[in-house]
Amino acid sequence: MTLAHADDFRAASVRRVRGVGDGVAAMAWAEMRKLRHDNIDILTRSVQPLLWLFVFGTALRRNRMLAGGYHDYRAYLAPGVMAQAALFIAIFFGLAVIWERDVGQLQRLLATATPRLAIVLGKASGAGVRACTQAIVLFAVLAIARISIHWNPLDLLGALVLLVLATGGFACLSMTLAALVRTRERFMGIGQMVMMPLFFASSALYPLSIMPHWLQLLARVNPLTYEVHGMRQLLLGVSSGGTLWIDFAVVAGFLALMAAIAARMYPRAIL
Amino acid sequence: MTAVSVHELVVRFGEVHAVRGVSFAVEPGEVFGLLGPNGAGKTTTLRVLTTLLPPTGGAASVGGHDVRREAWHVRSVIGYVPQAISIDGALTARENLEFYARVTGVARRERPQRIEQAIEAMHLHPFLDRLGRTLSGGMLRRLEVATALLNRPQVLFLDEPTVGLDPTARRLVWERLATLREQSGTTIVVTTHMMEEAERQCGRIAIMDLGSIVATGTPEELRDEFSVDTLEDVFTEATGRSLDDEGGSFRDARARRRLSRRLG
Repeated sequence: MTLAHADDFRAASVRRVRGVGDGVAAMAWAEMRKLRHDNIDILTRSVQPLLWLFVFGTALRRNRMLAGGYHDYRAYLAPGVMAQAALFIAIFFGLAVIWERDVGQLQRLLATATPRLAIVLGKASGAGVRACTQAIVLFAVLAIARISIHWNPLDLLGALVLLVLATGGFACLSMTLAALVRTRERFMGIGQMVMMPLFFASSALYPLSIMPHWLQLLARVNPLTYEVHGMRQLLLGVSSGGTLWIDFAVVAGFLALMAAIAARMYPRAIL
Repeated sequence: MTAVSVHELVVRFGEVHAVRGVSFAVEPGEVFGLLGPNGAGKTTTLRVLTTLLPPTGGAASVGGHDVRREAWHVRSVIGYVPQAISIDGALTARENLEFYARVTGVARRERPQRIEQAIEAMHLHPFLDRLGRTLSGGMLRRLEVATALLNRPQVLFLDEPTVGLDPTARRLVWERLATLREQSGTTIVVTTHMMEEAERQCGRIAIMDLGSIVATGTPEELRDEFSVDTLEDVFTEATGRSLDDEGGSFRDARARRRLSRRLG
């Protein structure tokens, strides 16, 4: 490669990285503005996780086996409920992509110089922003209800980072599905079909140790398991084996893989 | 250098030939109209020129950049307003401008000035802080055009920009576009099925039907060539069909209905 070519390549790489960064920042900014205009959305979306926490969790509060030996099932359940609520937000981001295609927003975005990867990661960051806001509401509820978790700021921050990374990954998965199915009606069916197995074949509600062997195998290839496992390690100090860095590595790897696939598939959504 | 060049463009979706060997060129500063009924291939041609759709055959370039090989460069020099309303209803008019300034790569220090210029150009002051979903059809179209001007495009592509608007809003949008062209010399490529509007606003016109161009020229040239009084008659003479014949797919019809609802 000649010096001039190397310079061109370097300039193009810098421009691309900057384009991805700017695009992601713009999308996250827009999502935060939307949340500011419609903050009721966060409250209404919080109802379902609160029902899981205070109805399902309270009914099984003293069940130590279900809580993996932890003294309060509600505290054990909290990270799972946060991850589940974020999964709901992420999975239905694909529906938003189909809607944006129908109203012309997707075409507008794809006709700008913003790289496809930035658009996909930007959408994923939008899901992350919503998941993060919802988790903060749930943290506040846990504090008010005196449900004991580690209130160490670094642990809380770590749990939020894990939540945002995983939510971004699931949002990218959802966008890929949207690009494949293309209609809202089909996506509703596919979304449910993907979300429920992800949720139940994970450690969100119960530890892996009480699952039958075949379900454990499924749960071990499910990124939601690593997300919840890492959050439990950070928020409760509970681990069912494996170190925290593995949880982060799996979740970050999942996001990178799904973002790459979604960036490739995304333009198909407009055809 | 021509602003837009299209040579023997072909677009096929399976067995369906949406565009069949279309060729035309648009000079810098020109307002060029692609006219025809629904399903004529206008929007598909525009999608190729805006890099949203890869052509099956032929070649096309915008601002000297090939749409297939230099898609990123093409996207850097164009503005695009699709037929459907692309404004985000959950953001205010000002936030929509800020968002599009960011995603079209306007440098941070230049953003306030560019946004202010776009607001001035499209007269957006009265509704800047209103959410997109509360704006009328005319306001939405003006806002959309404003968002497409932020990166100072060499070529502005408008897909049916006045469909669904009442006559007053239509006139206002065209007045703003005419001012824009006079002041900045922006090349405008517009699709429409409204012949009367095209006759008044476009310098040159290509009439499309069933994926092909059946006539090209200035409105006067076309009327003279076919010895008729209106462009509608030119269309009938050139195709043997009336403009009122129904065209377009189920998706087109559904999109038009949704657009009409959004525009009130």
